[in-house]
Amino acid sequence: MNAPRNMLDKIWDDHIVRDFGDNTCLVHVDRAFLHELAAIAFSSLKEAGRPILSPELTFATVDHLLDTYRGRGDATLIPNGADFIRQLRAGARETGVGFFDIDDPEQGIVHVMAPEQGIALPGTIFVCCDSHTSTIGGVGAMAWGIGTTDIEHAMATGCLVQTKPLSMRVRFEGRRPSGVTAKDMILALIGQISADGGNGYAIEYAGEAVEALSIEERLTICNMSIELSARAGFVAPDERTFAFLKEKPYAPKGAQWDAAVDYWRTLSSDTDARFDREVVIDCARLSPQVTWGTSPEHVIGVEDAIPDPSLAPTSREQESRRRAINYMGVSPGQKIAGLSLDAVFIGSCTNSRLNDLREAASILRGRKVAPGLMAICSPGSGETKRRAEAEGIDRIFTEAGFQWREPGCSLCMSGGAGGEAFPEHARVLSSTNRNFENRQGRNVRSHLGSPAMVAASAVAGRITDPRSLA
Amino acid sequence: MSRKAFVRLEAVAAPLRRLNVDTDAIIPGTQLLKVAKGGFGEGLFYNWRHREDGSEDPDFVLNKPQFREAEILLAGHNFACGSSREVAAWALRDYGFRCVIAPSFGNIFYSNALKNGLLPVILPEDEVDAICDEVEARQGRGKLVVDLPAQTVASPSGKRLRFRVPDIYRQAMIDALDPISATLRFREDIIAFQNRDRKMRPWAYFGPRTIGGDDFEVKAG
Repeated sequence: MNAPRNMLDKIWDDHIVRDFGDNTCLVHVDRAFLHELAAIAFSSLKEAGRPILSPELTFATVDHLLDTYRGRGDATLIPNGADFIRQLRAGARETGVGFFDIDDPEQGIVHVMAPEQGIALPGTIFVCCDSHTSTIGGVGAMAWGIGTTDIEHAMATGCLVQTKPLSMRVRFEGRRPSGVTAKDMILALIGQISADGGNGYAIEYAGEAVEALSIEERLTICNMSIELSARAGFVAPDERTFAFLKEKPYAPKGAQWDAAVDYWRTLSSDTDARFDREVVIDCARLSPQVTWGTSPEHVIGVEDAIPDPSLAPTSREQESRRRAINYMGVSPGQKIAGLSLDAVFIGSCTNSRLNDLREAASILRGRKVAPGLMAICSPGSGETKRRAEAEGIDRIFTEAGFQWREPGCSLCMSGGAGGEAFPEHARVLSSTNRNFENRQGRNVRSHLGSPAMVAASAVAGRITDPRSLA
Repeated sequence: MSRKAFVRLEAVAAPLRRLNVDTDAIIPGTQLLKVAKGGFGEGLFYNWRHREDGSEDPDFVLNKPQFREAEILLAGHNFACGSSREVAAWALRDYGFRCVIAPSFGNIFYSNALKNGLLPVILPEDEVDAICDEVEARQGRGKLVVDLPAQTVASPSGKRLRFRVPDIYRQAMIDALDPISATLRFREDIIAFQNRDRKMRPWAYFGPRTIGGDDFEVKAG
């Protein structure tokens, strides 16, 4: 009788090409995805005279540097963006990898469009030169971000050398109260186990509250695995996953589909499977979460006050929180709700999918954003944008006073790179994943929350509990 | 950039006592915008090394005279978390660092550093703190010795600490191996794997086979 295995064990075992010992293996990569910041991988391989092993398993799109204004082209507000975009395009054309260019109707943020297109599948190893690749675990893949050297390696050899991560299961037990979103669940977990709490682990998200999530919501949870410093995060594929993927353009069809589903059903962790660490979150006690500092672990419930740094357990921790309080221009003991905002943003690989836009629209319908507040929404992909527009969501946003932009990483990334940015020192509430210093513009103070909280706060002009406007 | 072997390093270490230092802080987005793999040293910790007016901040550890020649960085837990930008490893390397010692690293950075001759050393938090204390007390005088084959760090006072790097990565750094060439030694394994896997998981591939490159001819069916 075989020992019980968890989902990580099963995916890992089926991808081992060669075992080097020390828990380190050559593992097969099923999907490699590039964006323009990794354009150099193409020229680098070409110079070395190395072909791409499986061009048909390799894809590329533009999302990081391109502008989100209508009528955008190769030229970007970010300096030299066009160099990256053109080199990516040239490399993709020359090698024949699937490429979603600026004018492609399916162009979008990798982690939004890859599941939408069925390029990301359960039980596959999926890599991309972007840390938020962990998102893809929402469809039951094992997915992680890598650097340029590793993406070249994956392209040339179809494999990566990897140390097997430790396994962690996070069980979200109980039912989440209304007004509490997937974003709040993952932020609460980061607050509980810290931004370093997942380091070295691949996390399987499980429990009643996760099973009840839509695939889009699962993608949001897995997205922020990297904010726990986890290698990967995933949810076992189930009927919802299969229904989500069926008939997607790149998903298997016919007999291949049936064979795939049979295989996918075997991926769930065995009943007696062991994990290196188990964490339980009681969802019934969760409230909408919002960050106050400069790390995603600096997070509290929207009804709470900013914690006193001197209560942190270590002197380094105390120093780190003092720096954050200073940068953010807040005070210990101050209630987070009511902080006055200069701008808001809905977008990014965390929260720019149709369910996110619907959630925000349900609050914005018939309301206006506060006078003087800058409000921007960038849907995650061409498909998401089209479907939202078909439902009239774009009009709800624009009538409320939001700018409705083209798909891309936009203000989650560009503000730190000299592109589209918020004004210096602006206080921003954002549906994104990183509240790091200068991430959304010079000295910009970013708070992270769900799209619902962003919408409610946009209307009030200050950080607001979305349940008060629902 | 040619790969540099890492065997033994005797050098000054600079203590950066901050937690969760993210790769945006190591190399801000504004500093990484050229299609290149080198020349990023100037952008390292740009917003911390410089004041608002662009002048150097004398209080930042790397600007202190006693740490200007440092080739080892001592850091807090979760060093280089966040964005996968390999430029973070290139910037540290280009600036002159050969080794970073921390209680934990962002996983992506850890992998990137290994491929760029920049040795990431994991030691328990209390040991890193003790080295930081020692280095600060000595005002940068006295060097650390990092020995990769032996997997040891010796502090300026001679205290020896052990660390681990998986064998395959350790040997690759010592021999300055090109990672792709190293893996292509196992091309037979890769071909055999895909032949098996295309039968077991045909749905994961698009069509029977279109593997590129003469070395990778795979028999159909």
